Amino acid sequence: MSAGTAPLLELRGITKAFPGVQALKRGELELRAGEIHALVGENGAGKSTLIKVLSGAQPPDSGTIRLGGQPVRIRTPHEGRQLGIAVIYQEFNLVPTLTVRENVFLGQEPGRQGWLSPAAERRELAALMTRLGLELPSEALCRDLSVAEQQLVEIARALRQQARVLVMDEPTAALSDREVDRLFALVRDLRRQGLGIVYVSHRLDEIFSLCDRATIMRDGEHVATRPLTELDRRTLIELMVGRKMDAEYPKRSVVRGEPRLVVRGLSRGTAVRDVSFDVHRGEVLGLAGLVGAGRTEVARLLFGADRADAGTVTLDQRPLSLRSPRTAIAGGLCLLTEDRKHQGLVLNHSVRENFGLPNLGHFSRWGFLGGAAELSAFQRQVDHLHVRVSGPHQRAGTLSGGNQQKVVLAKWLEANTEVLIFDEPTRGVDVGAKFEIYQLINDLAAAGKAILMISSDLPEVLGMSDRILVMREGRITGELSPASGATQADVLRLATHSDERP
Amino acid sequence: MNAPDSALRQLWQRLGMIPVLVVLCAYYSVVTISSHTPAGAEAARQLVSRLTPAERPVLIVARTSEEDTAFLDALTEELNRRQLTVAGRVAGEPRDLRLVLEQLAATNTPLPAILTTPECAGWTLLQNVATRFPALGTPRILIPESVRWPTFLTRQNLLNVANQITVVAIVAAGMTVVIITAGIDLSVGSLIAFSAVLVTTLIRDRAGGPDASVAALWLCSLAGILASAGVGLFSGAMIAGFKVPPFIATLAMMQVVSGLAFIVARGGSVYEVPEGFTWLGRGTGWFGLPNAVWLMLGLYAATHVLMTRTVLGRRLYAVGGNPEAARLSGIQVGGILLFAYAFCGALAGLGGVLQASQLKSGAPTYGVMYELYAIAAVVVGGTSLAGGEGRIFGTLVGALIIAVIQNGMNLTGVESYRQKIVLGFLILAAVLLDLLKRRKWR
Repeated sequence: MSAGTAPLLELRGITKAFPGVQALKRGELELRAGEIHALVGENGAGKSTLIKVLSGAQPPDSGTIRLGGQPVRIRTPHEGRQLGIAVIYQEFNLVPTLTVRENVFLGQEPGRQGWLSPAAERRELAALMTRLGLELPSEALCRDLSVAEQQLVEIARALRQQARVLVMDEPTAALSDREVDRLFALVRDLRRQGLGIVYVSHRLDEIFSLCDRATIMRDGEHVATRPLTELDRRTLIELMVGRKMDAEYPKRSVVRGEPRLVVRGLSRGTAVRDVSFDVHRGEVLGLAGLVGAGRTEVARLLFGADRADAGTVTLDQRPLSLRSPRTAIAGGLCLLTEDRKHQGLVLNHSVRENFGLPNLGHFSRWGFLGGAAELSAFQRQVDHLHVRVSGPHQRAGTLSGGNQQKVVLAKWLEANTEVLIFDEPTRGVDVGAKFEIYQLINDLAAAGKAILMISSDLPEVLGMSDRILVMREGRITGELSPASGATQADVLRLATHSDERP
Repeated sequence: MNAPDSALRQLWQRLGMIPVLVVLCAYYSVVTISSHTPAGAEAARQLVSRLTPAERPVLIVARTSEEDTAFLDALTEELNRRQLTVAGRVAGEPRDLRLVLEQLAATNTPLPAILTTPECAGWTLLQNVATRFPALGTPRILIPESVRWPTFLTRQNLLNVANQITVVAIVAAGMTVVIITAGIDLSVGSLIAFSAVLVTTLIRDRAGGPDASVAALWLCSLAGILASAGVGLFSGAMIAGFKVPPFIATLAMMQVVSGLAFIVARGGSVYEVPEGFTWLGRGTGWFGLPNAVWLMLGLYAATHVLMTRTVLGRRLYAVGGNPEAARLSGIQVGGILLFAYAFCGALAGLGGVLQASQLKSGAPTYGVMYELYAIAAVVVGGTSLAGGEGRIFGTLVGALIIAVIQNGMNLTGVESYRQKIVLGFLILAAVLLDLLKRRKWR
């Protein structure tokens, strides 16, 4: 881009404070038309706040925003949309009870004097989908769609409003690999059409394969903006965390002991079919596969969250009851769910209350809560895990993703169970916190616990597991050993139909 | 899901609770079949249809009660319509009949048929016409024949059902809109009372009481509706502006408005309203349907159009389905909520006017528990309390289901205490059915 042309979008010196937190100290962003611009940083670095400022959801305290060289004020999401700035949030903002078509036009319905015109909507939507190369069931309710489809609805909605700037916050967090490919093709196509795209992701692979430039943020401040061709993986991580990193995955010496958790013939409908495996003392067993392959379902069955049709589970030769999470916890199992917000935390409650939830037995006498013991245990775990909380009374919902995950971890560590099942332990977690979580998993394994780790992040599965089981359509299709040189391609081959290209 | 399954599902969802209503009507029709002698206008139609063309002129005989007068009027009208001559009309006692018969006998024209009620047919005079007045020939005496017909399906009973539900159904239409926005309005029962006493008091004190003009009646009614809308607007402002939970905000207003109603009426009832004020509540409009039923149907149609055809309607659904998504789509969520509660308040006010018109009075004790009946109608009609979905006509079906069950239980002699238990379980069953419906197909 020549020096004389103004960038599409410029944010300079943006500050934003929330009660008790200076979320943004100096937010900067320069986006050109026709580029995919990565916005990276650890959780709490201020990316989300910067996006909210950009969208109008949170007006900034100070700073300037220029769009096409002209200074603009974006005070509401409505104003942002009118300026052509569309944001696709991590939590989708669709109305689940409305149809695809109704959602696409929500807020900007075509028609005259307050009357709807479904015919005009159908026409426009068909044209839009042709332009984007999408096929969506336009009269289906959004709650009946898959996550990937919902995301496409969001994109269609953004582009229907003639967006010039498209912001995508962790768009691939819940997508399978194939869906990611499709999304990337679409995003590249939008770049060709001249849109400026801000892409927020923790997945560095994606950033390197998709983006043109990256803006790195740390502690609410702009650190650097560089073309990705001038960056390598390690430099990027170091810019994000602000210190030297030796490795992405901590090393440890594997001392594999006797089998502890023994699963035989676990089945539930078509989701899980005849699954059998052992988890040994001191071992991290990875469970890989595409979204919907049955991995999470296996975890839920083990934990008693769903009822199994068949199968036995023993822990140290003692049979475990799979009736309910309550009996699973009593038997020595815990599950760190993939969906923290819905299944892992009570967001309205304080972090301490969340922490105490599975541990009330330890801390209570005759049904009364033992405040002091709980508080000191809480403090111990918070220090141990480096959880960034303002105090025990902070609401869980106000924490960043990485810190929420750490609170979930803290509550289960305190429960001190023998088997820990991690379902996507680092989803939405930044690089620095990821390393701490990996370290913790290794420590737990070293302490003799049996660990089952479900992950869609292939480098993570390969980097962390002693053995990897791959699932497809509810069945275990193979076992791999990273130590003997298994690759991402091997996992993908087992995870997809062998006659199809992964 | 395979294709036939999803077609079935669509049909099932489109019909909602209508099959339940149909089954209930069928059930109560069967169990209330009984011998049933028509009276009034219905009897008149039956008699005329049984006349042969040769049987003319005819004499019509009945007493002077209200029902008999209706019988005679309908007979006269029906006979005129078929251009059958009426030889004479007797409304009164056997003595009156004798006078008429003597006059007819004097003209020496034969009288082929006499149409009358079963009661008059028992008069000795009528039974002996042929012997005492040979000049008249031997007239055939026709009385209404009893037919086997469900009491439930008689015109009178169906009108009862319709009249019973109008107030609750109108209020429930507004409630549906509020519940679709994921809210609730507990103040509607109090608003019915408030509106009723406000309107009647205004008519008494400002419009000249029983001598009030029609225009004044309209203005007073409008004032009641607007005042109720204002109360709704206030609740809406509390909910949208200060994030007071709808349950609490409207619970508070339920108390406030009930108190206001007692103050306006000074604790008593207001009866000083003109006869014309009952036009809305007791009058009959096109096709013999009560005006109140027409009003109710009109409001449902209008609300249905609002919710399905207008931008405002879609935004009401959106706000209920996901307020954050609505906000981020540039929708002014607060304004939408204000509208919903003001609309609900206005319909509750209209319900109060209708109630006052039906009872020709206003009292602060009207509308007690109506908020719960309205909510029950909405829930039975398939609208989810979670917001974002539901259909206006579903609520009408829900109100009808409740009314039909109540009416059916009355007809079959179920005592009122048991009726309460049945209605309670009905509401639970409706919600369970709704849950089951979702689970089965997802």
